Amino acid sequence: MSAFTPNEMMTIAASRALKNDDVCFVGIGAPSAACNVARLTHAPDITLIYESGTIGTAPDVLPLSIGDGELCETATTTVSVPEMFRYWLQGGRISIGFLGAAQIDKFGNINTTVIGDYHHPKTRLPGGGGAPEIATSSQQVYITMAQSRRGMVETIAFYTSFGHGEGGDHRQRLGIDTQGPTLLITDLAIWKPDPVTKEFTVVSLHPGVTREQVQDTCGWPVKFADDVAVTPPPTELELRTLRDLKARTDAAHKGQATTA
Amino acid sequence: MAKFLPLAQAVAENLNDGDIAAFEGFTHLIPTAAAHEAIRQNFRDLTLIRMTPDLVYDQMIGMGMAKKVIFSYAGNPGVGLLRRMRDAIENGFPHPIAIEEHSHAAMANAYEAGAAGLPCAIFRGYRGAGLAEVNPNIRHVTCPFTGEVLAAVPALRPDVSFIHAQKANKRGDVLVEGIIGIQKEAVLAAKRAVVTVEEVVDDFDDLHPNLTVLPAWTVTAIAVVPGGSHPSYTQGYYARDNAAYLEWDAIAADRDRFREWMQKNVIEAGVEDFAGRVANLRKAA
Repeated sequence: MSAFTPNEMMTIAASRALKNDDVCFVGIGAPSAACNVARLTHAPDITLIYESGTIGTAPDVLPLSIGDGELCETATTTVSVPEMFRYWLQGGRISIGFLGAAQIDKFGNINTTVIGDYHHPKTRLPGGGGAPEIATSSQQVYITMAQSRRGMVETIAFYTSFGHGEGGDHRQRLGIDTQGPTLLITDLAIWKPDPVTKEFTVVSLHPGVTREQVQDTCGWPVKFADDVAVTPPPTELELRTLRDLKARTDAAHKGQATTA
Repeated sequence: MAKFLPLAQAVAENLNDGDIAAFEGFTHLIPTAAAHEAIRQNFRDLTLIRMTPDLVYDQMIGMGMAKKVIFSYAGNPGVGLLRRMRDAIENGFPHPIAIEEHSHAAMANAYEAGAAGLPCAIFRGYRGAGLAEVNPNIRHVTCPFTGEVLAAVPALRPDVSFIHAQKANKRGDVLVEGIIGIQKEAVLAAKRAVVTVEEVVDDFDDLHPNLTVLPAWTVTAIAVVPGGSHPSYTQGYYARDNAAYLEWDAIAADRDRFREWMQKNVIEAGVEDFAGRVANLRKAA
């Protein structure tokens, strides 16, 4: 087995969580890489949906944006944005909403909107896009992000998208009948919510990672499951698939520049 | 009925200071040439609507044209932040702007409500979301049949919408294909609509009958601008200039560099420059 980076382990661990019969609403960035590695390895029939309206897309390179032409050209069909959000997401046809996060708390609430006060922000981030409804209308939500104390915080500044709120049955109390965040895959570990409290709990450490490393890069006191597994390392096929995909992507996104 | 006009005239006749304007394109078919023409004509006090404000709104905000922005994702897609828009929100530079922020689902529903002639859009959204607490235009209604509480937002009704599209026929009917985004709704929700197209063809007789076509009588003006959506793309004509999006991040990060870039590439440039900008991207489409 050749060496691999924590980022590669994260993407591959995330890809393994997806099944061949999933219908996955794909966020840009790390989720997009994971979803396409899944499609190119163990889940060839997975349906990948991007919010630009492309359904059943199979890009040869990772898109820079959610609306790259490659997504449309390789899709089963492409629908309008209102149809995407109304019929396909709100209509309940998405099994997995796959999101990245700038900031997350231990209950899987995500902030990609603002650091500081909303009306007088210290740092204005892009905002939610499709995430507020992806987080509540998808049957389950997977989240993937690299660990850091800035990113994994005790209290998030803004609820861009709702995870388990304050934990426990908070979703049900708001009338939300979907499962919410059921999986968090970082560059160090795999986390699942506690069945009762809904607090994310480490269930598997990536090869060579210690509990101290996980705690040092997380802003809340980390809970570990009674039996913490070790994530199987990437296989040759997984690693080659991911690296080939990244190489094709880098080549495709460079060297086109004329003036904007 | 659609009039074929030079872009400068189409913009001058349909955009006014203080207008509520939408320059729409969901990553694909962004009407950059029309936005640049609006910048050259130096309109002020605009309320700018767009789901994904993107580079052209970063440019219009940075040039001081906007008093308010209604949006759902203020990022440079796949790259990061919109730095001129951030500067306006965080530091009031070049002047403060008001924002009305929504989710994509809300904006899409609100355009559709505008096109449908409804006063508001109703959908299942914003549950547990922070935006519902900071945006007073996010409200709720109770379904009279089931009792379910649903989100409601006002319909979007721009004074004028600008879109880019693949082609028009000689009558002025407009064809949009590929990622159709919110183009149709933005046109049908607006009082006036200006469309830039790559080309004009004789007729649409040999096309599939279910393609997205805006009849000539729904469009106010059409301007032919090859390359008019660069650095976005036009499916079937040229590819997205991803490198330009990556470069924009550094340009927009610096106030002086931004002004210099705008002077050279927008103020002193013209609508005819767009064709050259996509020349190397055509084979990739």
